[in-house]
Amino acid sequence: MKSLKFFTLIVCLSSVSVTTSLCAEVFEVGQKNKAFTQKALVIKVGDTVSFKNEDAFFHNVFSLSDAKLFDLGSYPQGVARDVTFDAPGEVEVECAVHPDMTMTITVQ
Amino acid sequence: MNDIKKTLSGWCVAGFAGIYCMMSALPLFASTVLDGQMVFKAGHASLQHWLLPVTPESPDDNQPTAARIALGKQLFFDPRLSGDSNMSCASCHHPSLGWGDALPTGRGAKSEMLARATPTVINTGYNPIQMWDGRKKTLEEQALGPITAKQEMNMDLTVLLDFLKTNTGYQQAFADAYAGQPLTPELVAKAIASYERTVISRNSDFDRWVQGDSKAMNAQQVRGFKLFVDPNKGNCSVCHSAPNFTDNGFHNLGLASFGEENPDLGRYSEKPIRMMKGAFKTPTLREITRTAPYFHDGSAKTLDAVMTHYIVGGVVKTNVSPNLKALTLTAQESADIIAFLQALESPFVEVTLPQLPLH
Repeated sequence: MKSLKFFTLIVCLSSVSVTTSLCAEVFEVGQKNKAFTQKALVIKVGDTVSFKNEDAFFHNVFSLSDAKLFDLGSYPQGVARDVTFDAPGEVEVECAVHPDMTMTITVQ
Repeated sequence: MNDIKKTLSGWCVAGFAGIYCMMSALPLFASTVLDGQMVFKAGHASLQHWLLPVTPESPDDNQPTAARIALGKQLFFDPRLSGDSNMSCASCHHPSLGWGDALPTGRGAKSEMLARATPTVINTGYNPIQMWDGRKKTLEEQALGPITAKQEMNMDLTVLLDFLKTNTGYQQAFADAYAGQPLTPELVAKAIASYERTVISRNSDFDRWVQGDSKAMNAQQVRGFKLFVDPNKGNCSVCHSAPNFTDNGFHNLGLASFGEENPDLGRYSEKPIRMMKGAFKTPTLREITRTAPYFHDGSAKTLDAVMTHYIVGGVVKTNVSPNLKALTLTAQESADIIAFLQALESPFVEVTLPQLPLH
């Protein structure tokens, strides 16, 4: 995890459920040169991943995994969109436009 | 591969025995050079990511051999692989027609009109995803699809295996190519894929210019290449990217056919993500002069028509790719881009038909 970029600003929630990390973290995953900047990421339930487009063209990040279903839509360079992972499991993340772009998020 | 008339400079129907063009292998997707950082001088280091590797990668369990390629060629050209014994793979993927059929959309069994244009076989071996909607990844996975599709070759696999297993010529060819392996549909697909990976275009005027031949492209074609990669002008390489002039991605281009009732949803049938409605895989532009008409619906007869479509940014704006934008190009600039596209054509290589085993 040392190599991962993530925001250290952690909001410690006092009213979270016992299954959720008390200190939810925010991780940043870039989309650069038609690839995710990380191929695999391990996070905890309640953490957020911010997907930032660093390419000069649009990406469309999504997942159809049972553990987390989301579609962030298309967005341009410099824009980041966030997903909070609220259940454990393996999440396969893809770009709809560029199917070579895949990564796995393990939510513990 | 002696039956192939070869010109080393051609878009090689590459023989197995090392007759490929004289470049060392380059990693296909390794380059991170940005188009905006390129120096438009023949042979410049910043251009080298546009060169294709000598050969496409093959799966570990289907490494190419001369016997496998020869068998695949026989199967590719054999009409007895279709239900009526009158259509081969080459019926639609004809080497004389850019390994396509020159029709707006293909014609299948009983000459039934198909929904989409026949994609060229050229350089599909370099692509990590196949077909207009990307429903198959490898050529091995793809090969049996058209053979068994009722609208296309309409062949029952049991009948196919009976034919191949009772034909002594094919029995021997399979034994030579895949010794000790039972003759299965998957083995048929492997042989065809092995042959398809030899259909390569990587020695065009553009390739020779990238390698350092300053005379391989004229001044207009170099101008066209600059426009091609300029995001504020042609904006072409945003999708038609190095080295195979495709991002292997999916885009809705705003074609008129998407505005019709019950349009072809394309990639959405495989990935039900909103932006994929009406999106289709980016085709290679290599040999583009030999593969008209254009787009997945064959709606553009000429490269001029293609440029006109892109200049207006598509005609149906619903769900159009955000990577597509109206272009500010003069008539001269549009002509320059077309001149560049013509530089993606390699010398024609004749393909000699294989002898097929009768019994």
